[in-house]
Amino acid sequence: MHLKGTAISKQDLDSGKVLFTRGDPHAHYTWDTGIGIGRYLEGLRKGKIFGTHCKKCNRTVIPPRAFCELCFSSNIEWRHLKDTGVINTFSICYVSWDAQRVQTPYLPAVIEIDGASKGHGILHLLDEVDPKLIRIGMKVKAVWKRPEERTGAITDIQYFKPY
Amino acid sequence: MTKVAIVGLGYTPPRPLTPDVSYKEMIYEAAVKSYHDANLDSHRDIDGFVTCAEDLIEGTSIFDEYTPDQLGAVQKPMHTITGDTLHGLAAAVMNIQTGLMDIVVVESHSKASNIKTYPHIINYATDPILNRPLNFHPHTIAGLEMQNFLSHTKTTLEQCAAVVVKNKKNALKNDLSCYGARLTTREVLDSPLTFSPLTQLQMADHIDGAIVFVLASQKIAKKLSKKPIWIKGCGWISDSPTLETRNWNVCEYARLSAKMAYKQAKIKNPKTQIDFFEVDDTFSYKELQHLEAIGVYKEGTAGRACLNGDLDPDGKTPVNVSGGCLGVGSLLEASGALRTLEIIKQLRGEAGPRQLKKANTALALSWRGIPSTSGATIIFSRK
Repeated sequence: MHLKGTAISKQDLDSGKVLFTRGDPHAHYTWDTGIGIGRYLEGLRKGKIFGTHCKKCNRTVIPPRAFCELCFSSNIEWRHLKDTGVINTFSICYVSWDAQRVQTPYLPAVIEIDGASKGHGILHLLDEVDPKLIRIGMKVKAVWKRPEERTGAITDIQYFKPY
Repeated sequence: MTKVAIVGLGYTPPRPLTPDVSYKEMIYEAAVKSYHDANLDSHRDIDGFVTCAEDLIEGTSIFDEYTPDQLGAVQKPMHTITGDTLHGLAAAVMNIQTGLMDIVVVESHSKASNIKTYPHIINYATDPILNRPLNFHPHTIAGLEMQNFLSHTKTTLEQCAAVVVKNKKNALKNDLSCYGARLTTREVLDSPLTFSPLTQLQMADHIDGAIVFVLASQKIAKKLSKKPIWIKGCGWISDSPTLETRNWNVCEYARLSAKMAYKQAKIKNPKTQIDFFEVDDTFSYKELQHLEAIGVYKEGTAGRACLNGDLDPDGKTPVNVSGGCLGVGSLLEASGALRTLEIIKQLRGEAGPRQLKKANTALALSWRGIPSTSGATIIFSRK
């Protein structure tokens, strides 16, 4: 069953027939990255991917953290990981932020980084790949921005591509 | 129903800015200290967790999702209270009194320094159709309330300023304080007018920090701690949100939440049965308003008591020996945690240079700040 109801037109709104109040959010924040994520971002600026290793749990995690959330120890070791990995999951997205259909789809993927424990990786974008050929388990490699363009952000990696 | 005690506390030293740590790392530090203080063998011994946080203050929707890791609460029962720490403590007490949990942790924190448009964030708590279009700074509401309080109770500006002088002086003996100072009432009143009749020095400044408490059932508390601090009564109330029709003359959230807590704690006369008070003082007049609402002073008499020194640490009724929000700083939703922290230290006899001679029973009162009429009261005791 489809109930159509009484549609409100743009003219109804513009003419004041339907009353409403408009508000534009003014909510601005900064988020201190801290020790764990701060060092991770600093590594990205240098073109390196760091993870942390908990000796007690024998687990290497990425993004790195200053403590192990499982055994609750801060006795962790920093490890330089490769900038390669395999696709854990992905989606081919045809709709943009403003609900418009896009010709070239966005290709977000979770990439398990080589050297990290199973299930630990980076959420990023894929490119230089035919969307039809993307598969879970596909090997991919980071494509970095040029050193002078990096700012210490997750976007210092432009995307991952098959290799 | 079992009695419930606080058996562990941990915190990071409050500071106006904390760019060196993330909120997760700050909370982790407080949690590790708290679990150690509670003599827990492992975080795995904890049955449940409560975080007190508000999404718009955190800048993250569904902030509940981000709370377990830093408490050792991965895949454990955990919930978030969008309220002050005292609300969270009340929730934890009820968790334990169900009989399903023996040890529950309550965490609250502030990363106020990360909020770049704090007045706007508060403003989202006002009515979007009737109030926001008027475009006034939300602290105006404190000016409106103070004006009414002064007129209704005949409290003087000097008496309000005396609250600031007392609390900032008390803060000088508290190594956690960020805003301790020696001032005169004249200096307080001569500071720039902000939201008349408020002046700059009558408004608390924000700080960052994290505080974690471990609560336990009677059976476990006695095993874990030599100095368990018992929660004797909890009350929490929300009055009207509207600025148009709320009763500006009375502070119902304070009066009724205290009444609820008094009933549980069997307090008939708070002034004689409670040794000291830690009550919200986000603005100077709030301390006096709260003391009168909870029945410690009659209407229009708390200001005179403050000016006479009765609220000093060596007075008849010590109030905010910690330095309060005015002296230590405001931890937003963790402000009630600062009140509780001071009370636990005093009741344990661990308050150092601020230690009161008589510290057996104490009351904490929190307010959720502008524009709310929400507050909570908890009564703590050594026995």
